[in-house]
Amino acid sequence: MTLRERGNRIARVGTVVTALALLGLAGVYVRAIVYTPVEAAQGAAQKIFYVHVPSAWAGLMAFVITGLLSILYLWLKDRRLDLAAAASAEVGVAFSAIILTTGPIWGKPIWGTWWTWDARLTSTLFLFLLFVGYIVLRGVLTDPGIRGRFSAVIGIMALFLVPFIHLTVYLFRTLHPAPIVLKPSRPSLPGDMLTTLMLSVGVFTVLYTGLLMLRYALGLLREAREEELADAS
Amino acid sequence: MGSTLRAAWHIAVKDLAIEWRTKTAFASGLVFAVLVLAVLFFSRDPTTVSATDIAPGAMWVTFTFASMLGLNRAFLIERELRALDGILLTPAPRAAIYWGKFVANLAFVGAIEAISLPLFVLFYDVPIWRRLGELILVIAMATIAFVAVGTLLSAMVVRTRYAELMLPLLLLPFLVPPLVAGVQATAPLLDGRPLSDVSGWLKLIAGFDVAFVTLAALLFEVVLDE
Repeated sequence: MTLRERGNRIARVGTVVTALALLGLAGVYVRAIVYTPVEAAQGAAQKIFYVHVPSAWAGLMAFVITGLLSILYLWLKDRRLDLAAAASAEVGVAFSAIILTTGPIWGKPIWGTWWTWDARLTSTLFLFLLFVGYIVLRGVLTDPGIRGRFSAVIGIMALFLVPFIHLTVYLFRTLHPAPIVLKPSRPSLPGDMLTTLMLSVGVFTVLYTGLLMLRYALGLLREAREEELADAS
Repeated sequence: MGSTLRAAWHIAVKDLAIEWRTKTAFASGLVFAVLVLAVLFFSRDPTTVSATDIAPGAMWVTFTFASMLGLNRAFLIERELRALDGILLTPAPRAAIYWGKFVANLAFVGAIEAISLPLFVLFYDVPIWRRLGELILVIAMATIAFVAVGTLLSAMVVRTRYAELMLPLLLLPFLVPPLVAGVQATAPLLDGRPLSDVSGWLKLIAGFDVAFVTLAALLFEVVLDE
């Protein structure tokens, strides 16, 4: 199978997966707004939680996967791993943008402020900025080998940076709500809300997968086009 | 091991000799540091915020920006006439290039810091003497962090046409932990409080140093790989 055929096939599957995820997302909206109880203290503002938390999950997962794929790329030197790492980074930047916009919308009515320098907010902001830098760096490097190696270096370093930023701001001060699902004791979210949240996390994971496939397919097709141009000249 | 250290030493001496003869980067770095210190002094309302309140932040921002200038220089001098290819052709191990650059950058940034520190005391009128040794320890630890990551990243960005633009973009996120820890540890030390009051921040910088010096040294070989 040529590079172009493979790219086209992954793009087709990716389109189906993304479409399914968007349908699921519509379902999550309906369920969150109509069928999930309104939170007593925060009222309607709490509904954003069903988008915010799953995007945080998907965004963080995207960056961790970029880091892991970067390590694998440096080890196995397979170009496809580099393309996949870059695809994951771009999708991660998109999800981070959702985190960083939905967060303040919720923060204004509940905290009384759009932004606060809390551990998680700060880590997300700097990760977002670092991965924008990652994408810019890929844009200015023309040699595919150098581009792959250099972006892998940034991807791996980012993996190590996050705990340090988190610890830094934790020592500084923290205001963000404590985790209510992933914690040592049982989740403290009421049943209906937990179901909606878990459903949304699932949908966002599928959405991540779909977008990743589309972006990866685009990378393959771009390589195929470059090869065709090189052959033609 | 011995040959790596010797080669690293030669590279560091070469870099510092070039700098010693021209002093271009050093002079501009120093003037830049003084300018930042002076500009930051006026970045407040003198009737409500005293200079002592912003002093730790001003000092660290100055050090950060001045380091960035020095780090940019490290590999830019190797770009002219493709001098880096010359170094790569020598039998010197790749690790030696990293450590050589690391030491030269540390000396460069350290020298700028050593001269701007008295000026900082002069401009901001801070009682630095009470905990001078401790303060120098914090500065040295954070500078190692700046230089460890900066040396690696400057070797990368020099391959692009936008080196001066790309270095701050990629480097600043990595400088957040040592920078914040430096500022937070400096304020109590300037108040004359003991080192034990800032042990959390010291541990953070120490951990960062260990993690990123190791990581940068390992990844540097990947960057230079042809």
